[in-house]
Parts: sequence; structure tokens; C-alpha cells
Amino acid sequence: MHLVIIGNGITGVTCALAVRRLRPDARITLVSSESAHHYSRTALMYVYMGHLRPQDIKPYEDWFWDENRLGLVHATATALSTAENLLTLDNGTTLTYDNLLLATGSESKLYGWPGQHLAGVQGLYNLPDLAAMTRDTSGISRGVVVGGGLIGVELAEMLHTRGIEPVVLVRDAHYWASVLPPEEANLVDQQFQKNHVPVRYNTELREILGDGLGRVRAVVTTAGEEIACQWVGLATGVTPNLTLANTSTIETDRGILVDAHLRTSVANVFAAGDCAQHREPAAGEVPIEQLWYTGRLQGETVAHTICGQPTPYRRGIWFNSAKFFNLEYQTYGRAPAGPTAGLDSFYWEHPSGRAALRVYFRAAAPHAVVGFNALGLRLRQAMCEQWLRAQTPVPTVMAQLGAANFDPEFFPQHEKAMVAAFNRQFPQQLVVLKQRKGLFARHWSPST
Amino acid sequence: MATAPLLPASSPAEKLTLAVVAGGLLALLLALADADATRQKTWFYLALGLVSGGTLAWSWLKFGTAPAGVQQNNLWLRASTGRGAVAWVTGLVLTGFYVVLYWYSGDDGHGHFGPLNNLVHALDGFSQTLRARPADQWFLYGTFYTLAVLLMGARALWKYRHSRYQLIRTASVMFFQLGFAFLLPGLLQFFQQPEFYFTYFWPLKYDYLFPGTVTSLVQNGGLGVFMVFWGAAMSLLATPVLTYFFGKRWYCSWVCGCGGLAETAGDPYRHLADKSRAAWRWEVGIIYTVLVAIVAITALLWVNFAMHSTLLGEAGNVAAKWYGFAIGSVFSGVIGVGFYPLMGARVWCRFGCPMAAYLGLLQKHFSRFRISTNGAQCISCGNCSNVCEMGIDVQQYAQRGAPIIRASCVGCGMCSTACPRGVLNLENGPREGRYQASQLIHADSLRILS
Repeated sequence: MHLVIIGNGITGVTCALAVRRLRPDARITLVSSESAHHYSRTALMYVYMGHLRPQDIKPYEDWFWDENRLGLVHATATALSTAENLLTLDNGTTLTYDNLLLATGSESKLYGWPGQHLAGVQGLYNLPDLAAMTRDTSGISRGVVVGGGLIGVELAEMLHTRGIEPVVLVRDAHYWASVLPPEEANLVDQQFQKNHVPVRYNTELREILGDGLGRVRAVVTTAGEEIACQWVGLATGVTPNLTLANTSTIETDRGILVDAHLRTSVANVFAAGDCAQHREPAAGEVPIEQLWYTGRLQGETVAHTICGQPTPYRRGIWFNSAKFFNLEYQTYGRAPAGPTAGLDSFYWEHPSGRAALRVYFRAAAPHAVVGFNALGLRLRQAMCEQWLRAQTPVPTVMAQLGAANFDPEFFPQHEKAMVAAFNRQFPQQLVVLKQRKGLFARHWSPST
Repeated sequence: MATAPLLPASSPAEKLTLAVVAGGLLALLLALADADATRQKTWFYLALGLVSGGTLAWSWLKFGTAPAGVQQNNLWLRASTGRGAVAWVTGLVLTGFYVVLYWYSGDDGHGHFGPLNNLVHALDGFSQTLRARPADQWFLYGTFYTLAVLLMGARALWKYRHSRYQLIRTASVMFFQLGFAFLLPGLLQFFQQPEFYFTYFWPLKYDYLFPGTVTSLVQNGGLGVFMVFWGAAMSLLATPVLTYFFGKRWYCSWVCGCGGLAETAGDPYRHLADKSRAAWRWEVGIIYTVLVAIVAITALLWVNFAMHSTLLGEAGNVAAKWYGFAIGSVFSGVIGVGFYPLMGARVWCRFGCPMAAYLGLLQKHFSRFRISTNGAQCISCGNCSNVCEMGIDVQQYAQRGAPIIRASCVGCGMCSTACPRGVLNLENGPREGRYQASQLIHADSLRILS
């Protein structure tokens, strides 16, 4: 079997590794125009900030690919003929395949703003973007970041480390309003303040102004304010990269349409990761998932189907994480941004504003836990997952909270304060803290 | 990136503090050059004052005034910490200092200590107070060493103040260096007792279990007997027990003086450790050879001692002498510290230290310690591998959901501190299931190290 994978991001590479394990005899070829070797997209910011060198964000050393017989082709696939199982590459060669995986990822989404094609205006998604940002922000004094999501805060932090003032435009009344409740968003806002990053809430981009030489000189916001700047970062999301799929007869919508087994409309062609759009997403899940974790999981899943073990994609219990300047964030399960019918939530915040916990649970007895938000605290994923799967009642979770504490040794333990706050907010469900922090603490806890 | 980016300029206050440090180094040169004994002393103490004050003020400005958190900005982009020209000059100066110290600064019999003579004698007064004897080149070295651990320790305390683990651990290495590796040995000499280091053990302090040292200590009476007992008990009993409960970190990154210098003065260079598989192959090839060598030499000396030198004659002593030169001086000193700015601060600990090799074997096979990976949260960003001073590619484990159990890990905790997603945690726990990977991610079974 010759498997060709278009894209050497986390999805394509995870699939390649899983296929190598399942089918040691398979011939596997990865095609990518972006880089000769797989690199970690999530680490681009650390290269810009000088924490890492470009070679440090390669998750595997260069010998890894040869030793595991994973063929690498550094070229762009420009055309796909599914009738002939044939790919045309921009280096003048062609590739035939038995099975094809499209893992072409995303591209930055632009909304047709006037001036969006000026020099110094860009998104941050790939290595060329990083090179452009490095070049275009060298020696400048101010950059405007458009977007109140994860990439927005990353861009602000990146500029900040170079002594460039970032001004962040956020459409909603608070940061990442589609995901974070106002209390959590407020803690992120405190990080912006501590790092002296001005944020304009309820403000969108109206227009980008050029300097007559094709370079950005300012932006105009929907509030009518003109902000002088020499660079604009557009962090308003990404959209599936369909360039190759559109040269073929494969069915697409916003993304490449796939069934539960990540099969496209053509029998031996699969799609996974950012570029795939699920025809029938599971209840409560979105059709296009653009996360590192889901890309990895989809790559792993599709490998089984490709190797003759048809496996439907099951995302499992949701989790995600991020870091906002110095504030870490983890979330597990259902953690809606606003009040939701049938759900209640408990919120605790440390007086310093550097740590917070929210636990979501069903309003109806027995108050099964459905989700967590943690800021400035590290929660043990396996423990949260276990509680969520077992629909553990919230009083039990609060009593055993220490079992989920993943903070380093000697860190202050807040479980007592959290339980006290819980008892104040929900006096009808009095909880006594039974379990403090500890590895496998449940083994020696007298309560279980 | 093709072009080097412009880095933000240091503030005028920062520049001033760096100028004070530079002034201190200049004063040190003047102390070396000046012919007048009184002025030498003035220059010397002025140098210590300026370097100390400048370093503390700079550390506070640089790390203490920024919001608490991971502060790694532009680390690889600066010449001083990114193997640039500044790093090469620093490496050359350090290496040169060690060469002069080890081979050209011995007492010539008339109280002259070679090129470092002026600096040694500037410490005579302090040495008399502490040790009731004049200074020598080793006292000068010990003073510089301790000062470096304390000053750069203060820098580390500011830099890592968001992590209680790092605060306590840094305070610990500062305490053990000052108390047990500097003041206490001096006080012992003051009371006419053997100069003994209670925090260095065989096989790192290899001669502590040599028959020559043991006999001479025992002849010293009660305290000497206790020292022999202490050394043997720490090497053979306490080391396995403590390592079983806490991993090798109880020593390497909490107590040891070599580790103490690496964790403080070497902190700006920790990311320079080579993470490649090739480096790992060198590591296992060299470090276990050194361990075997020192065990064999020690055994040889004892056999020889038991047989009253009838069997092997001087073979053991010659071997011990060569070991002392090649490993004790060249490897641990000249290469170990001289190459800090180019190869990272743990070159000796990683490639050469027999104590680390011994602790590592215990840690890998007979310990409750591991670094846990938090489920499937790793994003393969590589920050953990970057900060690993022992050159462990931590990320290879984290991205597979596997715990990190490696002989070389000194448990400094920086991977956990630097991880932006809260994935890594140093834990002591039951040995059952110690190697078990997370069920939330399907680890690929492709081997990384072989």
C-alpha cells in the first residue's frame, strides 16, 4: 500500500506514525510545501520571542523520518486526479497513490477589509507568516492586533517582547467572549493591564490605511479612531485550505466534507484535521475543528480506517489549554461562556487575580459535574476526565478536589478556600474537604 | 530567520548596573596588576563590591520589576546566551581562569601563587579570621565560587519567584554552598580539624573512600572517625534511600555544589545543552566509563592496601593520579565550567560525574520519582526540552503522554516551570505503574533513543 499524505502538520504526521505502527510494510509519503520537516505550529510564537530557535520546534530529529521509512517530499501538490490516483507536484513530478490523506490545514481568514493586502498586514499561521512578521516588525514602534481570541493574545505578547506596543481590538465587550465567562475574561484583561497592553473592547477594524508606498501606516476602528501603526496582525480565525481539493471532484463545503470515518466523497481519499468538515458532527460538536489536539486525534483515527480497521472519529471529552501572558488556562468538558439552561456553575477566584476555578454542573440533582475552567491552576486531566465520564455529583468532586491538583510541589494549595467558597455559594450542599493534593492520592484517601 | 531582528534596547538603568559590573571586573584586573599590597587589597574589595552590587541591581531590574512568570525573552537572540561573540569570550576567560588556577597558581614554596598571587593575598585577612591560616589559591577559588552561587542565586530567586519549587530549591543550593562547602570546612580548619566537605561524597569526591584518606582521617581521632563514617554512610546507605524516595534531585539540584553553580551561575545557559540523540550516545558512553574507572581504581587501592602494596605496587596510586588530572581537574573544572556559555551548565554532570551516574542508575531502576505528563495536553512546543540542562528531549515523552524516567534527570523542575500548558509535574509515587503512559493519548511505539 502506498499512502500519500498531503500536509506534514500534526494531523498528517500523526497519521503517518500510526500507519507505520499498524502496517510496518506500508509505503508512506508526506508531501509539504511549507517545510522539509514537520514542525510544531503552536510553537511559532516562541521562535519569534527568542525562547526557541527554528530548529527547536521540530518535534522529531531529521534522522527520524528515514529510520522509520517515512518519505518526505518538499513540494506543493498543485493538482489531484482522483480518477487516476495521481497528484501533480510543482517540482515537475507526479505521485501515484493507493490511499490519499488530505491534511492541508488552514489559511488565515480575511474579511475583505479595505487595505488588508498592504505590506505589513498579515495573519500568523505558518512559517512564511513568521518570517514576514519577523521582517516587518523589525524596528517598529506599534502594531495593531485584530481579534480577541487565542492568536490575538499571542501576537500581543510577541510584539511586547520586542518592545513594540501592541494595541488589541476586541469585537466583544470582553476577551474571548465566545468561550470565556466574564470573570475569567477579566483575569485575562488584568494580564493585558499588567503588561501595559492597551485593549479596545467593543471595537472592530474598519479600514487599514496605507502610506502611499504600499505599506500600512494606520488603522481606523469601528469607533472611528485612527491608530497609527506600522504593522497589523489579523487574528480573526482560520478557514480550511481547499486549494488542492478544489482541483479535484472531491466534495467540499467550507471544508472537505467527510463522513464519520473521515472518508471524503471519493473512496480512497481521506481528509482530517483543520481542513475536514464533518457531514454529521456529534451532538454538541462543531463540524470543523481547528485544534492541535483534534488534529492529532483525527490523524490517529483515520490511520486505522486507512489500514483496514474502520474506526469512526470520536472526539471524546473536550479539553483545551492556552496561556495568556503569565496566566495558564485549562478547560475540560462543557464550559459555556454564558448562563445555560439546566446548568449551574461554581466560581472561585484567588484575591491576587492569578488563579481561578469554575466547575459546571447540572442544576438538577444529583448535580453531575459537566465541565471545568482553570486559570493559573493545573488540573490533572485523567482525574477530570474520570469525574466527567462518571457524571460525579459536584459535592463529591469538591470534597476530592485535591486529587485533581497538578500544580508543582510546594505550590500553595487552594482546595480549602475553594470548598469554603462553594459552601457559601451553595449552602444546601455542604461539602467537607476530604482529599488534599497527592499523586494517586485516591489510593490512600480514607474517603474512598 | 534570515535577518537578525532588532532587540529592544536595555534601559539606561540596566546599562548602568552592567557598567558597574564591568567596573568591578576592571578593578579586579587592577588588583592583579598593582604592585602595592595595600592598593591591591583596596582594588580587590572594590571589585567584589562593584560586581556584587551591580549583579544584584541588574538582576532586580531585569527580572524583579517584570511581572512574575517565565522570563525567557530573546534568550537565543542575544550574543551572551545564544552562543554569540560574548559567549565565546566568556568561555575563553572562564577556561583560562581554570587553567591558571589548576596548573600555574600553586604555592612556589615562598608564598607566591603565580599570576593570581595578588588576589590570593588580598584574602589573607579573611582567611585568618575564618580558618586561622593564610589564604591559598583554593581559598580564593572557594570564595569566588560561593559568591557566584549567592549572587546568581539571588538572580534566580527573582527570575523564578512565581514558582515556590524553584524558590526553595535555589535557596537550598545557596545554603549548602555557603554553609557546608565554604564556611564549615573553613571553621574545621580553624579548630585544627581536617578540611572536610560534608556535602561531597564518593564517587564524586573520590578520595573520601580511598585507603589513604580513610587512614589519615581515622588517625585524627573522634571527629575523623565520624567523617569516615559519614562519608561511607552517605555514599552507600543514604544515597540509595534518599534516591528511592525523591530521585537523584535530592542531591544534584538541591545539595551538590557543582549542581549549585549550574543552577545559579549556569542558569542563563541551561538551554545550550545538546538535545540530539548523538549527544545522548556520547553521554552514556562516557559517564558510565568514568563510573567504572573510579570504582575500579578504588577497589584496586583497597586490594593493594590489604596486601601491603605487595601485589600491584604503585599501579593504583598512578591510576588515581591520572584520574585526578583527567577527570577531577580537566573534565569537571576546565570543561565543566569553562564551557558553560557554549555547551550549557551541566556538561560535567551530564557527561562526566560518576556520582550522577550512580544516582542515575538508582533513579532509573530503584526510585519512586518520575515526571508525570498531564494526559494529552502537550502541544509539542518544545519549551521543556529547551530548558533541560541535562539535554533530555523531554518533549519526546510529553507528546506521547509518557512519564519521563531518565537516569540523567536532575529534577531541577524547569520543564514543569516553563511548560505553557501545565503538562509536566515532578512527582514521587508508588513504583507500580510508574512507566504507564496516559490513556488519553495513543503513544506511538517508535523508538527515539537507541
